[in-house]
Amino acid sequence: MKNLDSIQALHRRTKIKRIRTSILTHLVMISLALLFLVPIIWMLSTALKTRWEIFAWPPNWFPETLQWNNFKEAFTRVPMWRFMRNTFFIILVKIFAELLSVPLIAYGFARLRFPGKKIFFILVISTMMIPLQTKLIPLFTMYVKLGLIDTYWPLVLPAFTGTPFFIFLLNQYMKTLPRDLDDAAKIDGVGTFGILYRILLPLCIPALTIIVTYTFLWTWNEFLQPLIYLSTYEKFTIQLGLEMFKGIWSVEWNLLMAATLATMLPVLVMYFFAQKRLIGGIASVGLKG
Amino acid sequence: MDPPVWIGLENYRRMFTRDPLFFLSLKATASYVALSLPIILIFGVLLSLLLNMKIRGMNFYRTLFYIPAVISGVSIAMLWTWLLQPDVGIVNTLLSLIGIEGPKWFWDPKWALPSVASMSLWKVGGSAVIYLAGLQNIPPQLYEAARIDGAGKVRIFFRITLPLLTPTLFFQLIIQMIEAFKVFTEAYVITKGGPLKATYFYLLYFYEEGFQHFNTGYASALILFLVVIIMALTVLVNYTSNRWVYYEGEDTRK
Repeated sequence: MKNLDSIQALHRRTKIKRIRTSILTHLVMISLALLFLVPIIWMLSTALKTRWEIFAWPPNWFPETLQWNNFKEAFTRVPMWRFMRNTFFIILVKIFAELLSVPLIAYGFARLRFPGKKIFFILVISTMMIPLQTKLIPLFTMYVKLGLIDTYWPLVLPAFTGTPFFIFLLNQYMKTLPRDLDDAAKIDGVGTFGILYRILLPLCIPALTIIVTYTFLWTWNEFLQPLIYLSTYEKFTIQLGLEMFKGIWSVEWNLLMAATLATMLPVLVMYFFAQKRLIGGIASVGLKG
Repeated sequence: MDPPVWIGLENYRRMFTRDPLFFLSLKATASYVALSLPIILIFGVLLSLLLNMKIRGMNFYRTLFYIPAVISGVSIAMLWTWLLQPDVGIVNTLLSLIGIEGPKWFWDPKWALPSVASMSLWKVGGSAVIYLAGLQNIPPQLYEAARIDGAGKVRIFFRITLPLLTPTLFFQLIIQMIEAFKVFTEAYVITKGGPLKATYFYLLYFYEEGFQHFNTGYASALILFLVVIIMALTVLVNYTSNRWVYYEGEDTRK
């Protein structure tokens, strides 16, 4: 009996200890999270203040009246909608292009047999190692000769031959699908392309989702390439537009923060919808190299 | 653009003998790498350790800390330009509340580079998630065995967690180093390379030479040299890796 009591006491003690560590961890995490969120909270607060209130001392975190008008003001002073529309257009074309090319290439590497396959695959993958910056001058010179500077072509054209990272991703994914599927379809008289489009691709939706999400995020955030290829103001992407915004009104921080927030918003929305798959995808790719 | 003329190695001779901007930008970039790389690696691992704790709602925190990693460089640059304003920025305001007079951050030649480097602290969640995956691959039996043998928490970290994390750490070291050498957007948006060229990073110089002055030949020489540096460092890190990277299933005893 005495033994049982001491065991119960031990249990109680470990339980109390566990709860204590859990509470402590939560406290640490919450304070860290708050520290991490201060920039975003302050941005939101600034974006909703009047231009006098943003310089108030001591700083107030909650604007006296929420100036939702700042967003409207920011969007009318600079054609933000237009920049967003431009960027969405580029994104849509790129998603279309990637979905057109990547499955075909990945399927070729994952399932078909042809001479030199290994070497070609290594070649495609090794292009991932070359920093984009190294290719900028030759690419730019090439696009000048083709007369494509200040058009969207330099931004979308590479997607039509597939982004190596996506090819790698889909290839790995397809390899996990059992070959029995292909064989069964072949017996039923499905052709090579039928196997890809009717059998394999529907099973690759998780990988395709990652491709679409990344294309969206990367293109939305892309700065260097639009900066180099686009020169007409009306054709600017959202990041170029935002950068230009800073040059024009460097003191109206409420409008600037409203514009910055608006620029982040689509990415944040996309992130919250896809975060589980996205973080998993990044982590697994990050590990495998 | 003028038609190209063959000049042999003249561009490289110019780089190494009579181009102070080349050395200046190289030095700024190297300082940036030296400052930001440890921040990303150390704080990334620390954050991943926290995110690996088993408490309810941890997924929420993971999602939260990852947010800055999906935001664009321009947005982040805009945000920090506002946060680090010398007179009205919230960081200096908060510092003044506890009696510290904050520096002029991006507007002080001494502080500009450290300011840009410390911006990477906010994005540390991006690599933390990758370390987290590495942490979760560590077999739990090892921890259990160590605990039975009476090892303390610190000892477990240095003897089990850290060694088994080295493959991820090694991979991240190379990736983050390459990324750090390519620092551009922050400087382009916030400082334009200033003040007094304190943040005049290599890629900024490359960009101005190649796409503003259209010295495509010289810019190509510049970027090729950067690739050589990055490759040399990657090979070097790789060369040292068998001394500190531990791969499971491989007998390292000689």
